[in-house]
Amino acid sequence: MRKPSGRPGSISPAAPAGRAGRPTPLSFLHNLPPGQAAKEMVHVSATPVLALRGVSKRFGAVQALTDVELEVHAGEVVALVGDNGAGKSTLVKTIAGVHPIDDGVIEWEGRPVSISKPHDAQNLGIATVYQDLALCDNIDVVGNLFLGRELKKRGILDEVEMERRARELLTTLSIRIPSVRIPIASLSGGQRQTVAIARSMLGEPKLVILDEPTAALGVEQTAQVLDLVERLRERGHAVILISHNMADVKAVADKVAVLRLGRNNGVFEVKSTSQEEIISAITGATDNAVTRRAARTNGEAQK
Amino acid sequence: MSIDKTSAAPAVENPEAAADAVTAVDPRLLVREEGLKGYVTEFKRKMRAGDLGSVPVVVGLIIIWAIFQGLNSNFLSAENLNNIAVAMVATGMMSVGIIFVLLLGEIDLSVGSVSGVSGALMAVLSVTHGVSEWLAVLVAIAGGALIGCIHGFFFARVGAPAFAVTLAGLLFWLGFMLQILGDNGTINIDSDGVVGHLTTYYFSDIAAAYGLATLAVVVFFVTSFLDSRRREAAGVPSRPLSEIVLRTAVLAVIGFAAAAMFNQYKGLPLALVLFMAVLVLTDFVLRRTAYGRKVFALGGSVEASRRAGINVTAVRISVFAIAGTFAAIGGLFWASKIAAANQSAGAGDLLMNVIAAAVIGGTSLFGGRGRTWNALLGVMVITSIQYGLALEGIATPIQYMITGGVLLATVVIDSVTRKTQKTAGRA
Repeated sequence: MRKPSGRPGSISPAAPAGRAGRPTPLSFLHNLPPGQAAKEMVHVSATPVLALRGVSKRFGAVQALTDVELEVHAGEVVALVGDNGAGKSTLVKTIAGVHPIDDGVIEWEGRPVSISKPHDAQNLGIATVYQDLALCDNIDVVGNLFLGRELKKRGILDEVEMERRARELLTTLSIRIPSVRIPIASLSGGQRQTVAIARSMLGEPKLVILDEPTAALGVEQTAQVLDLVERLRERGHAVILISHNMADVKAVADKVAVLRLGRNNGVFEVKSTSQEEIISAITGATDNAVTRRAARTNGEAQK
Repeated sequence: MSIDKTSAAPAVENPEAAADAVTAVDPRLLVREEGLKGYVTEFKRKMRAGDLGSVPVVVGLIIIWAIFQGLNSNFLSAENLNNIAVAMVATGMMSVGIIFVLLLGEIDLSVGSVSGVSGALMAVLSVTHGVSEWLAVLVAIAGGALIGCIHGFFFARVGAPAFAVTLAGLLFWLGFMLQILGDNGTINIDSDGVVGHLTTYYFSDIAAAYGLATLAVVVFFVTSFLDSRRREAAGVPSRPLSEIVLRTAVLAVIGFAAAAMFNQYKGLPLALVLFMAVLVLTDFVLRRTAYGRKVFALGGSVEASRRAGINVTAVRISVFAIAGTFAAIGGLFWASKIAAANQSAGAGDLLMNVIAAAVIGGTSLFGGRGRTWNALLGVMVITSIQYGLALEGIATPIQYMITGGVLLATVVIDSVTRKTQKTAGRA
């Protein structure tokens, strides 16, 4: 958290206005004291920010997703788990507009929407951090942070303002990188991950999707990313978190949605569910309400 | 980065920014020292890391000039240098266009033929059909842009490899040019017309050359200085004044030496003024506008660009349109140089020279790295070799072999640089 600046009198009038009053993209991260934020945290709304209803996706002969249902509310972290090939990444890509869905409905704040290209998702307020980080190696950190939404002044790139905000953003997120003006190629895997996450937060998204955000990170960086996720929730953002790491899921998620072979395999409240139950849902070796019911109804249907 | 300025005076005015600057710095980062010494060590470090920039080509150019001057003392005469400066503009203009394509990591093999079409179109319209020359010039340039759009469409929309599309274009537009030139084969153009003047007009007043040099120096200094001040005020690292002064001094020496040289002969050539204007404009577009950022982004990672919401197809088509436009402009300069549109325009080693100039200047064939100023340095090397060899009376076959060798050497440098940069973690 940023400390309030000590000597307001010493700031010269030449100091940029953004520091004084104008809200910056990340103002939420330093204007709110932690305690206050925690109190505001519980305002999960009735209408989900994002709801998937019976979403299906095929790639040629492969049915990647079948009738998938998913609901994410504001101020809620939903962990999306499943084995390799369960369809997690595909599901995320359908939400992000990389792969348009074949069947089903995507509802955004209660209204059905069509997301056919990444721009649609961005315009709705969906920010995605992919597993393969999708940064341009040849462009510097500032350029990557603002890629596709550059700040302009009379049609010209406002490099100074972008650099100032980039430094502010990275400082606020306690992200340490050698310089904001070196190409992404010079950064380590963990540093790239933090840059990619920072990038997703510039546009004040309503929904942030993180695809395996901690997979390549060290102990401290992992903790920082989890802190970030919690801060997003405190501010009322919806978060979809894909992870293989049950400890991370237990630490920050409110709900866990399990995918198995492209289908829903249960949604669990994290607090009231043990790690074993989640794991058995992932692997399919499960005996839970969902499967019992499915087996029962199937059995009845066959009779 | 706490280089020089942020840790010095403005820290008091802007304590928060200074605090930012300190906390954002990785403690392992090598911090640059103050002043000139820091500049030198930074330069050495960059060299070792394979961040060569334009150093190899500047060194190469000096060596080439020294060798030819040793062989023939007329090489560095005002007249010869002036001829090089004017002759290089046709190739240089085309090189500017191809740099846009190379930045995407693609190639356009059709620029030679397109330049031929442009010259022929202009000559046929203005000479044979009596259309006003200005209109003919506009049609020729628009034609180049349209041809580029067509190539871009097949590459970006249809998904055919750019290499194959433009290879087809190379042959198709060569045929098209021969067709519109007709049986005659050569159309002479009015050497006092618009196109004729492109390479023959000189601003003979000595104030013109000196004035342009002064303007360039002043504009460079003022923009650098204001930019530095603005960065300082915003609390981000800025270039120290000593470095700005040094850079301005280097520019001033080169600028005024060139101006003096031109004034010894006929004055400031119009062709060079137009070329400089194009370089400044395209450099500005590439580095200071969102469009330029998109071009670089596509050269870095197409997938990342697409996910960032960049319209990949539109940018690709526009880049090929730019290449076509500059090919057409180059073709007009070519027609001006030989005062005709003929069947051999755009043929021979022109295409190779255009690509070589871009690559020699420091544009990477792998995409995402380069500046349009590279075209200037590269085309100076290529044209200097051509004129030097011509002064020595060395025949075309040997010229081809030498240019080929230079291109190979450059590509090798590009590839090796890339490898060094990878190991130094900068690519």
